[in-house]
Amino acid sequence: MNSWIEPLMPHLVAAPILLPLLTAAVMLLLGDARRPARRALNALACLLNLGIAIALLLWVNQTGPQSVAVYMPGNWPVPYGIVLVADRLAAMMLLLTAVLGVASMSYATARWDRAGVHFHPLFQLQLMGLNGAFLTGDLFNLFVFFEIMLTASYGLLLHGSGPARVKAGLHYIAVNLLASTLFLIGVAILYGVTGTLNLADMAIMVPSIAPEDRGLLHTGAAILAIAFLVKAGAWPLNFWLAPAYSAAAAPVAALFAVMTKLGVYAVLRVWTLLFAPDAGVSAQFGGPALVWLGLATLTVGAIGVLATHHLGRMAAACAIISSGTVLAALGFGRPTITAGALYYALGSTLAVSALFLIIEMIERSRQADETPLYVSEVEPDEAFAYPVDLMPPPDVNLDKDERPLIGQAIPAAMAFLGLAFMACAVTLAGLPPLSGFVGKVSMLSGLLGAAQVDGQPARVATPIWIMMALLIGGGLLTTIALSRAGVRYFWAPRGRPVPRLRVVETAPVAVLVLLIGVLVWQADAVLRYTLATARSLHEPGGYIGYVVSTQPVSSPSASGKAGLQR
Amino acid sequence: MEIILAIAIGVLGGSGVWLILRPRTSQVIMGLALLSYAVNLFIFAMGSLLLDREPIVRAGLAPSLENYTDPLPQALVLTAIVIGFATTALFLVVLMASRGLTGTDHVDGEEREP
Repeated sequence: MNSWIEPLMPHLVAAPILLPLLTAAVMLLLGDARRPARRALNALACLLNLGIAIALLLWVNQTGPQSVAVYMPGNWPVPYGIVLVADRLAAMMLLLTAVLGVASMSYATARWDRAGVHFHPLFQLQLMGLNGAFLTGDLFNLFVFFEIMLTASYGLLLHGSGPARVKAGLHYIAVNLLASTLFLIGVAILYGVTGTLNLADMAIMVPSIAPEDRGLLHTGAAILAIAFLVKAGAWPLNFWLAPAYSAAAAPVAALFAVMTKLGVYAVLRVWTLLFAPDAGVSAQFGGPALVWLGLATLTVGAIGVLATHHLGRMAAACAIISSGTVLAALGFGRPTITAGALYYALGSTLAVSALFLIIEMIERSRQADETPLYVSEVEPDEAFAYPVDLMPPPDVNLDKDERPLIGQAIPAAMAFLGLAFMACAVTLAGLPPLSGFVGKVSMLSGLLGAAQVDGQPARVATPIWIMMALLIGGGLLTTIALSRAGVRYFWAPRGRPVPRLRVVETAPVAVLVLLIGVLVWQADAVLRYTLATARSLHEPGGYIGYVVSTQPVSSPSASGKAGLQR
Repeated sequence: MEIILAIAIGVLGGSGVWLILRPRTSQVIMGLALLSYAVNLFIFAMGSLLLDREPIVRAGLAPSLENYTDPLPQALVLTAIVIGFATTALFLVVLMASRGLTGTDHVDGEEREP
């Protein structure tokens, strides 16, 4: 059934990078005055990007050994030239990014793209950075794509301007510039020790590193991990995240939801390749640290979501919970747990992204002169705000025309927002029937399986117990916080005007929520996919073999191979 | 040569870290610039610290790092310099915007109460 993809391979692997780059360049030539043309171009590019991501996913998912596509942009063999590699994990992340891209773009065309200049080119460059970082198989190339993604995100975060965004942006840029510095130090040390920048080649070198250099290798990997964990929003490096995400314009924040997952992806990719179970002395180096950092992040996120009354910060805390959960689950280094974590990551990223969009639509109905529901809406930093509506007013349960509220129809817009909010809350809290629940159950069963050795129950390690407790406890805290917010914003307010929504704004939210539903409906297929992904990640031999053995295309005029083969 | 370079990286890095922890945005940007110098020198040192060596392999001379210099770190440094330059310029713009919007050059946009 995939016969139409076959002739396009492996060139299709480069398309997710080239398409946004070309689109952004053309849009810059068009100028900001021709906004409708830019908008149409952006929409077209996002949809094409989605199509490419689906095609790549179909290709890597076909049965048989051919599940890794390698593309050599410079046509040089592996240790010398850079490579783009599309495997199951990369294809999955590409599809997630493409879906969020289409949703955010659609939402932005309603009004946010008019809030400042050059929204559309920056948006495409951000997609290019994300796609490139997911696809590259080269450590320094990863740095370059991280920087492209970050530079575009600085522009997008400041889109719309205003003191709050500039203040959050200043901190965000400073933190990320520092993280980039650490990234470079890590890359340099790893290059100095292994003599290569290609990840697959580096993975081959790692088992044979001299014992006196091994400390240096571990130091380099740890410094590199700090740079990734800053992006992933791991505690204690995540204080920039909540202010930045809640200050960003809604469609930007919705796209940023996948940025934390890029940090998690980078950790997963580099860690599983360099410190695979067969990497000798260095096998699983840093796994326990990942588990504990993930658990700390999960705890801090769960406390954060309960402590804040500001909806944007609540969504940001949910993003922190999500990446903490995934990080901790990955640290165990077991395919069954990783598979559940990847499934959970898909659902929770979609939900966080949808939540950012919903929040903006809810906030829109707030009037400038009305009494705020919370003191904290005026002062977002006030941690312990008291609800203004704690005292029931005498005319309770009457609407503004003094009619009793019972029996009145709910406005369709509020009903839609309420249902979508509920779906996101249920997913993020991990309650049945949505995908958060399936993901958490899958992780829990993986954890219980990890507690057994050869079918016999062994002594359960402390991190496993804590992880199980935190998965369930974090879900409880999220449920409390989000249902409290839901009650305040959907049931308690009286006399608020119904927000005016447009189809291009509601459709992306509906699609994101629907996709969460599809994840449950097709849970078996998705879980089988993530399990295959996790297996190939924890046994990276196949990936390394494909990357190293790919031959450059021979020149039609020259004869014989170049003298650069290993 | 190793000692000199190590001291230079240490001084630049130490000054950079100290400046980044200061409360003024201009100090932070200077700190970031110094840190990126330190990192560039560090990457450079990861090649080989030899004078008068060429990166192109010649016949009759064994291709090892004793006889040749490694060109790759120099290419990496060039890329890192360009990216660092661009992001520092962008940070400068945000810094000016913050100064204009808040009227102070404190990193938090407000002076701390004495």
